[in-house]
Amino acid sequence: MAKKGDWVQIYFIGLNPEQRASNLPEDTRRVPLEIRIKGFLLNDEAKIGDTVKIETPVGREVEGKLEEIYPEYKHNFGKPVIELLQVGKQLREMIEGDQE
Amino acid sequence: MRDMSYDAVMSRKNEIMKKSVGVDYTKYEVEGIAFDYEEMMKDAGYTIDEIRKIQLETGVGNTPLVELKNINKLIKKISPKGKGARIFVKDEATNPSGSFKDRRASVSAYRAKIQGYKGVMAATSGNYGAAVASQASKRGLRSIIVQECFDSKGVGQPEILEKARACEAYGAEVVQLSVGPELFYYFLVLLEETGYFNASLYTPFGIAGVETLGYEIAEQSMNQFGKYPDAVVITHAGGGNLTGTARGLKKVGAVNTKIIGASVDLHGLHMASDNDFNKKSFTTGHTGFGIPFATFPDRSDVPRNAARPLRYMDEYVLVTQGEVFYITEMLANIEGMQRGPAGNTSLAAAFALAMEMDEDQIIVVNETEYTGAGKLPSAQLTFAKENGIEIKFGDPIKEDIPGKNIVLPDHPSKVGVIKYPLEKLRKSYIKELKKRYGKTEFSEKELKFIAEDLRISTEEVKKLIEEVL
Repeated sequence: MAKKGDWVQIYFIGLNPEQRASNLPEDTRRVPLEIRIKGFLLNDEAKIGDTVKIETPVGREVEGKLEEIYPEYKHNFGKPVIELLQVGKQLREMIEGDQE
Repeated sequence: MRDMSYDAVMSRKNEIMKKSVGVDYTKYEVEGIAFDYEEMMKDAGYTIDEIRKIQLETGVGNTPLVELKNINKLIKKISPKGKGARIFVKDEATNPSGSFKDRRASVSAYRAKIQGYKGVMAATSGNYGAAVASQASKRGLRSIIVQECFDSKGVGQPEILEKARACEAYGAEVVQLSVGPELFYYFLVLLEETGYFNASLYTPFGIAGVETLGYEIAEQSMNQFGKYPDAVVITHAGGGNLTGTARGLKKVGAVNTKIIGASVDLHGLHMASDNDFNKKSFTTGHTGFGIPFATFPDRSDVPRNAARPLRYMDEYVLVTQGEVFYITEMLANIEGMQRGPAGNTSLAAAFALAMEMDEDQIIVVNETEYTGAGKLPSAQLTFAKENGIEIKFGDPIKEDIPGKNIVLPDHPSKVGVIKYPLEKLRKSYIKELKKRYGKTEFSEKELKFIAEDLRISTEEVKKLIEEVL
């Protein structure tokens, strides 16, 4: 449950498939244009999926479905990639002893 | 109640743009497709000295020009005798938000401030968002960044998610959209609602902001090795980096420096396709922007694009995704500089070109960018594997298939470029004029304009028109 003032992410449809631009590729034409924005919750209380209002960092009020409460950054440094590790090894061996 | 449908908003484009950019583009129109480019740059832009002053105020520019000594040793080792030019890199990652884009954003934010706008907006999934947000903060302005970020399953491209995080760190509102060109529609909706300044990448002041980059390269080269660089390699996407850098170089007098554009080859991937969106590992600096923006610059979010790369480009080369990741790893591992990857597109090209150039020649790579979570080769290759892309060693130039595989060179000598003929870009430019405006006949003034835009004679323009139309 989110409370007023919580940092949340909302979701809404910007354009339904039939409202979208012409000349889109087939796969894109079939789906809506979706929009996600983060901000501070203005409702007293809300749960995921509720229609809510937020105030964004610039002070705009936007309405949408509550999607995440305190949304986390999930992108990361990735896993160790064996190919990349081998690149470094090969290159170091090639110039070793050559550095000033 | 205003009509907010797609068509209605798009039809108000000119009116919205005029208010949000503060430039009356009609002043520069000449006739038909022709407009006075230099007059627009002079009138709406700033002199180099003014830009340097503006940038100094917010800590932008004056970045170091660094010799890549270990990489240059490696190049000498694998090049034929007498070959192996030295590479220097302009370390633009040392700008406040970590890329050369601060140069562009600095002038827009300054302009927005003195014209009394409350905030600035930019439509970008790249480093430019962070730059606008950062420069807006410095000038006490609000900022909104609109980015294409997710596919229809809600999966975000890691590099773009990182840009969103950076923008949020600088206090921006970030509006994240799913795949589609209607990003521009929503951008207009927000401009209309907020009355903010459109910090477009393509205004005269945005491009003038990049001129200091070329200017500094020329000055530093002269100071450090007594001559202007033989070539400057520039990652090419929307065309502003190349246009601004080249103009700056020429303003100092480096008129013989070869201007080489470099893009990541993403042929076969459709830029508006929901399915293809997360099959690419590069979100900028690629052919999906590079070719369309070179061949029809005025597709941009302002009526007349100040970024007109074919006016300045001497050569255009493509590199593969695998090569750029390889070079990014090389730069970190043997040179001690963790940068990129998108900014290293031009470094990958420079590496290949250096092996063909004479050993007494100098190549400058005009930018680096910051890196971190989402942007590192390890993050992108992990994501690529999750999306079914095959990662392997081999010959990237021969085996690369964008969206299917990423081929890392099995030896540094396999780093190569695909030379993309300028003639082909020029022909596409002519075809675009027909497609966009239905034009097949051109007045003398229009022919003169095309000749300037393509940097060829009017006779050659006439020949091209005959050939393609």
